[in-house]
Amino acid sequence: MSLDFFVSHYNYWVVIFLMMVGFYILISRGNLIKKIVGLNVFQTSVFMLYISMGKITGGTPPILVGDGHGGEAMEHVVYSNPLPHVLILTAIVVGIATTSVGLALAVRIKEAYGTLEEDEINRIEALVEASE
Amino acid sequence: MSIVVDIVLLTLLAVAGIALLRIRNLFAVVMLAGIYSLLSAGLFTVMDAVDVAFTEAAVGAGISTVLFLGALALAGHHENRPGHTPLLPLIVVSVTGLALVYGTIDMPGFGGADNPVHHHVADHYLEESPNEIDIPNVVTAVLASYRGYDTWGEVTVVFAAAVGVMLLLMGGRRSRAAAGDHGQAGADGQADGAGHR
Repeated sequence: MSLDFFVSHYNYWVVIFLMMVGFYILISRGNLIKKIVGLNVFQTSVFMLYISMGKITGGTPPILVGDGHGGEAMEHVVYSNPLPHVLILTAIVVGIATTSVGLALAVRIKEAYGTLEEDEINRIEALVEASE
Repeated sequence: MSIVVDIVLLTLLAVAGIALLRIRNLFAVVMLAGIYSLLSAGLFTVMDAVDVAFTEAAVGAGISTVLFLGALALAGHHENRPGHTPLLPLIVVSVTGLALVYGTIDMPGFGGADNPVHHHVADHYLEESPNEIDIPNVVTAVLASYRGYDTWGEVTVVFAAAVGVMLLLMGGRRSRAAAGDHGQAGADGQADGAGHR
């Protein structure tokens, strides 16, 4: 495996590593707030994957140089791909919306059960079912 | 040079991710999540996504940290040690991760100018948006005009989320006030009455 291949795929591999860290927090930790943090880590890793794909080496941010209507300044400029940026801008805002609903649910669960731990909630549920 | 910054930031992110996994004080976890967001904002800047970087810094490191702190203030910040063995999650995560890494082997390299992703509508946006929209920032032009429906949908989602949060938090208060009314009719009667109105 050459160094070139390593450098050109390092982004993807770290993104996958972070994605799996988030996934692992989500499925192995019992605390609901910790789960939401894991979900956020997962989400951010997807953002990084998209932005990595939009990058062009030696490119500039997609803000047009000069007046944008051609001319000699435009000829030699390489712009990175603006489309992933737009998609991820939308995704960040949707992400904060889902996070806030998740946190509100966690607060309600804490009010109703007195705990945020999944196993304790299951135990209380089982007790309630047994007593009925 | 920017590839070095890129690799350093990605490595720091991986370290922050592991720390997030291991720390059990949720207050520290939330602060670390803010640092994680800020690092990713730096990474977005290196990868030319300046609009995404400042949105992530404002929303990810700012608003989301505040929301988490608010939730911790209401719900407490201690996490129990996980009771069961994490063997099954570890296997699931490893298998999924390996499958995804296998998938990346065929992906075009990072930063290539002739990667397929750059050659559909992206060319059109870069070449025609000065004539069609006349805004220098192409991201703004695409966000507000070409893909305006996306942004409209996003606003709808934010509105739905705000309604959901308000219903969850306020609905809880009302039903608890009703329960209190039922249980202790005397002293708390006045306060519960205010809750019902």
